Amino acid sequence: MAKMNMIAALNSAIDLQLQRDENVVVFGEDVGYFGGVFRVTAGLQEKHGAHRVFDAPLAEGGIAAVAFGMGLNGLRPVMEIQFADYIFPAYDQIVNEMAKLRHRSGGEFWTPVTIRTPAGGGIKGGHHHSQSPEAQFTHTPGLKVVYCSTPYNAKGLLASAIECNDPVVFFEPKRCYRGPFYGDPHNVPTWNSHPDGEVPEEHYTIPLEQARIVRQGAACTVIAWGTMVHVAEEGIRQSGVDAELIDLQTLVPWDRDTVVESVRKTGRCVIVHEAPKTSGFGAEMSASIQERCFWHLEAPIQRVTGWDTPFPHSTEWDYLPSPGRIAEAISRTQEA
Amino acid sequence: MPDRLTATEAPYTIGMPPFRPGDSPDFGGAFVEQPGDLSRPPVDCEAHETAEHARGLIRVLDDNHVASGPWEPDIPDEELLLGLEHMLRLRTFDDRMMKMQRTGLLSFYMRSFGEEAIAVAQTMAVEEQDWLFPSYRQPGAQFVRGRDMVSMICHCIGNLEDNVRGRQMPVHYTWREGRFISISSPVGTQFPQAVGVAMASAYRGLDEACITWLGDGTSAQGDFHYAVNFASTFKPPVILNVVNNQWAISTHANLATGGRTFAERGLAYDLPSFRVDGNDFLALYAVTKWARQRASSGLGPTFIEVYTYRAGAHSSSDDPSAYRPQDEHLCWPGGDPIDRLTQHLMARGLWDEARHSDLLERLDAEVTAAYKEACTHGDLANGPYPPASTIFTEVYEEVPWHVQEQREELGK
Ligand SMILES: Cc1ncc(C[n+]2csc(CCOP(=O)(O)OP(=O)(O)O)c2C)c(N)n1
Ligand SMILES: [Mg+2]
Repeated sequence: MAKMNMIAALNSAIDLQLQRDENVVVFGEDVGYFGGVFRVTAGLQEKHGAHRVFDAPLAEGGIAAVAFGMGLNGLRPVMEIQFADYIFPAYDQIVNEMAKLRHRSGGEFWTPVTIRTPAGGGIKGGHHHSQSPEAQFTHTPGLKVVYCSTPYNAKGLLASAIECNDPVVFFEPKRCYRGPFYGDPHNVPTWNSHPDGEVPEEHYTIPLEQARIVRQGAACTVIAWGTMVHVAEEGIRQSGVDAELIDLQTLVPWDRDTVVESVRKTGRCVIVHEAPKTSGFGAEMSASIQERCFWHLEAPIQRVTGWDTPFPHSTEWDYLPSPGRIAEAISRTQEA
Repeated sequence: MPDRLTATEAPYTIGMPPFRPGDSPDFGGAFVEQPGDLSRPPVDCEAHETAEHARGLIRVLDDNHVASGPWEPDIPDEELLLGLEHMLRLRTFDDRMMKMQRTGLLSFYMRSFGEEAIAVAQTMAVEEQDWLFPSYRQPGAQFVRGRDMVSMICHCIGNLEDNVRGRQMPVHYTWREGRFISISSPVGTQFPQAVGVAMASAYRGLDEACITWLGDGTSAQGDFHYAVNFASTFKPPVILNVVNNQWAISTHANLATGGRTFAERGLAYDLPSFRVDGNDFLALYAVTKWARQRASSGLGPTFIEVYTYRAGAHSSSDDPSAYRPQDEHLCWPGGDPIDRLTQHLMARGLWDEARHSDLLERLDAEVTAAYKEACTHGDLANGPYPPASTIFTEVYEEVPWHVQEQREELGK
């Protein structure tokens, strides 16, 4: 075990994959010599060689297309999109190409690409360094979608994503790279004192399709992913309600059994995400949960989300779901 | 570490910068290209007549700051002095803003350090009614068009008086009155959009051109290729500039092109294409005037590679000493654009040390006063910020019910 922040944990996962599988290649904007603008790939070019860890031209569409081709021809590309906001020039390659290759070719071709990308708000990034576009990908059959939240799950999930033979979009909550975020911008803890900052140095995996129960509870199920896991933890504390907190970890395919069992137990559910509400993944969760748990529900399912607006710069704390808003939603489920 | 891989050591070519930290950068002394090397073709020339211009380097100021050659522009002395003033204004402004960022008074900042001539000279060379469609590295254009500095700083703070209401990161200026189109973070998107702006000007029969810029790194984006192809196809009055400052964050221009100059790409699209010394105010002015005249004659686009060097960090979040030698910008033969124009004007007796230091003092006072005034409308630490209700407005022309409901839920 070692103390790692999320950056070190991701770096360790990639390093081990490069060691274990000579077909793994890692590339993206500034990821080579410099080691990435968030330093996730620092030191890996020096260790593994510039043909395995390298800078790409500044073109997300090109990066994704090249990854598609490499993956199709026997490599296992791990590509970085510098900010999730910049994934859209690659959208066609991901959604129409990577996602459909296996199916369109009758299973004759596939491409095991991992797309790593820092996402989410809380860093004063304004419109284009803050978005959390998971729903744009969960809506695409053929892609797996993962959203880590701690150093421990970041490493295990990324290992699984790289080993997975389907294309995986892997979101990293950049606000939590150096420490968890509990919704108070003035409180900047590190991972050092957090149990999930303890990370095995060796290889391990966390299966995709496995959620994590962060906190057991009987009165309400709170479901979150990414940064919102920590904000929700604080929201539960503020609500004083004995809520169960589920970190979904993998959004597609999501962990049906853990979620359904929890909601059947508590009869109440709050879903939290920082992306806008309309067509957010919370809508999918809410619909699926009521399909499966309708007769167990004691109150309407609540969603606490970012607003249906672009992500602001100065007023971001009024945009991101706060512990207060989450606590209120939890309380509302208790009224019924 | 296989630092400088060649094709024989690696299975494919890995582009590398010429120098890394610890190296002594040697660019071979001065530029070989000299003023007078390249002709000034007629504005109605064929694209292929600019083949030499795309491979070479158009210069007006030589290494001794003397202007000569066919590209020496016809520009009044007062205009040149004004150009110098705007460049110095921009540098003074940038330095102050960077200090603000370092002391926690701005969330982020990007300087134009070493590239001040570009936006200033090129904006001066186009017409007042022309559209400016910049990247984040051309804020200097606003000074040329007379934007109030207080309002620029208010934007960077994101305070009550920010005309984009705290929505965008610092340096993402918007200024409709100055025909300075709103800057967007996703790099390169403006390039093909500018072609559309120019097509609209042509459609509406207006004597307008659109000038746009993107970086060497950004020229790898699909948007770059859409722009040159659409410009070539429809031939609207657009001036397309690739600002080759040789770096895209930590990535060297060697990774944006497999060889040849950026300007040569324009030739392949049948666009007249020029490579110009981007630290030479006079050359930039002259080439841009040429492009504007061509646009006025209804002959359409011009493609320009502006060859310069990003002397500073990419942004306040970047530390270039991690990937390039600290002193690299001082070794680069292009010199400093402000210094070069200053020396030129002094040699011509139009400028002197005393006037220079007076101007610096005046600009410093101007920036300090503007900064103080901007802070009266709210600073980063304490606000006031635009009210939270501005999150919900101007998403659509009118606020739809679901957004209105969310605004009420926030209750601010
Ligand atoms: C689509 C997109 N991808 C990535 C980024 C992140 N990014 C911002 S600036 C930059 C480098 C741009 O370099 P260049 O085009 O050379 O312009 P310069 O900064 O040198 O002016 C990158 C990668 C972005 N803003 N947009
Ligand atoms: Mg550049």
